[in-house]
Amino acid sequence: MVRPTSALSSGEITARRTIVRRYWLLCLPALVLLVFAASGPLLIVLAYSFLEPAEYSGVVWSLSGEGWFKVILNRDIFDDTISLADAHMTIFWRSAKLSVLTTLLTLAIGFPTAYFIATRPKTHRQYWLFLITIPFWTNLLIRTYAIMEVIRNEGILNSSLMSLGLIGAPLQILYTDTAVLIGMVYVYLPLMVLPLYAAMERLDFRLVEAGYDLYATRFQVLRRVIVPLVKPGIIAGSILVFIPSLGAYVTPRVLGGGKNMMIGNLIELQFGEGRNWPLGAALSIGLLVTVMAALVFYVRNEQAER
Amino acid sequence: MAEPSSTRRRSGRPFSVRHLPGFTLVAAACFVMLYAPIVTLVTYSFNGGESIALWEGFSLRWYVSAWANEAVQEATVRSLVVAVLASGIATALATMAALGTTRTGPFPGRMVIYALINQPLMVPEIVTAVALLIFFAMIKIATGYTGLAYLVLAHAAFCVPFAYLPIRARLEGMDLSYETAAADLYATPWRTFRYVTLPLMTPGIVAGAMLAFVISLDDVVITEFVKSAGQDTLPTYMLGQLRRMVTPEVNAISTALLALTVLLLTVFFALTRKRG
Repeated sequence: MVRPTSALSSGEITARRTIVRRYWLLCLPALVLLVFAASGPLLIVLAYSFLEPAEYSGVVWSLSGEGWFKVILNRDIFDDTISLADAHMTIFWRSAKLSVLTTLLTLAIGFPTAYFIATRPKTHRQYWLFLITIPFWTNLLIRTYAIMEVIRNEGILNSSLMSLGLIGAPLQILYTDTAVLIGMVYVYLPLMVLPLYAAMERLDFRLVEAGYDLYATRFQVLRRVIVPLVKPGIIAGSILVFIPSLGAYVTPRVLGGGKNMMIGNLIELQFGEGRNWPLGAALSIGLLVTVMAALVFYVRNEQAER
Repeated sequence: MAEPSSTRRRSGRPFSVRHLPGFTLVAAACFVMLYAPIVTLVTYSFNGGESIALWEGFSLRWYVSAWANEAVQEATVRSLVVAVLASGIATALATMAALGTTRTGPFPGRMVIYALINQPLMVPEIVTAVALLIFFAMIKIATGYTGLAYLVLAHAAFCVPFAYLPIRARLEGMDLSYETAAADLYATPWRTFRYVTLPLMTPGIVAGAMLAFVISLDDVVITEFVKSAGQDTLPTYMLGQLRRMVTPEVNAISTALLALTVLLLTVFFALTRKRG
């Protein structure tokens, strides 16, 4: 795209520099909007996490570590004894557990699916891929609602299990952790398949053939040849699923029925009924930092791939 | 080269290096799992009865009732207004930013620009939603203005990366020599842009605008936190409905939204495929 600097005359360099400077300005309107309606407000959240909660909502402008303190600890209102905030711990544990399980399940389903697509004839692949992409771009709420219909007591899952005689009474799946897990696997599955496919598309099947030539079994070829070769795709897919799972809000709200909260719902609660904005702000920053750490890992993985 | 493989045949089928046992079955299950719930949802939107689980014959009554529902009408208009304005703003800004980041050599601070533009893709939606809630609450108190502009600006911001990525991809696939040729022929920078760069990048712009539009139309979380009272969009209206007794009306609205998304996506893929 750019000629090496040595090939340019000094006049050209000056001209090019001016153009570079001018072109940078073209980014400015987008940057202003993003700082105004995306990055800037994050700094306010950070500031709010160190303030005192006001009685009804909002904050009192005086410095306090109470927001951060309350993330993991509880102070008894009568005798000031400090204890672990059990309710929060339950929610963090559920969020971590469900996010890890979602990642593992989407990997278990997504890996064979991506492999299937990658081994189709070249002209067919884009149509299979399109079938994965449609749900990916479909409204998250609609997909969550669709799953809700399937797993509810009168839904097709229970009615078909009952007509098969496998269960006598409908299973209560909706409004449980299992419902949230099923929902998250469903909505985030395309995020796993797409990067896995990108890695498998480039898979050199001559290496696979070499494995068989050397008397490897199917399983050995899978474990020792294919998996190591598509590992960047596995890591990318896992992180792309793990990040939105950890911050999930809609799926646990609709399928968890209010009592099976995840971090996202706990944050919302602080800005609603909980009326503790500093705690909500501290939780938000905590979630953000966790996600950023996962992203740094992701970027490192992408760079290592190149 | 195929010799050793063919001697290792175990079943009647020829040995294929690409085959892994059970993978096709899982893939088939995956596609069924992805589509069965959506098909069910669409099917029950045509249910004659009140139930979303018991089939009582084909009818369009829920489409009629959704169409006649004033709350749905208002939410639909609001959704479309916000999506058109937000995707318009986002696409214009993203086009400028894409030109600014691809039509030059590397310059210091480029990584910062990338990070800022892609920030909405990285920060969890709930965190952005809370941040905007706090920030806009401050402005609302200071100015007294509670109109639709907050929603439009919030949507425009998170639509920028979705518009930016296809436009940038298009620009990166375009050789600079066209613009150099125009400049050699004494075209002014503006004329070069107007008659060379812009026509060449138009498919990218349209594709970006469509993605931005779909993303804005689908947003729930940020809208739920930013909207003032009585500013429901279609998705937040539906979220509210899911708390109550759900009727097939919600299925009818979902199906209409789904159809619009699939239509836009098909056009998007047709546009981006031509490039290759």
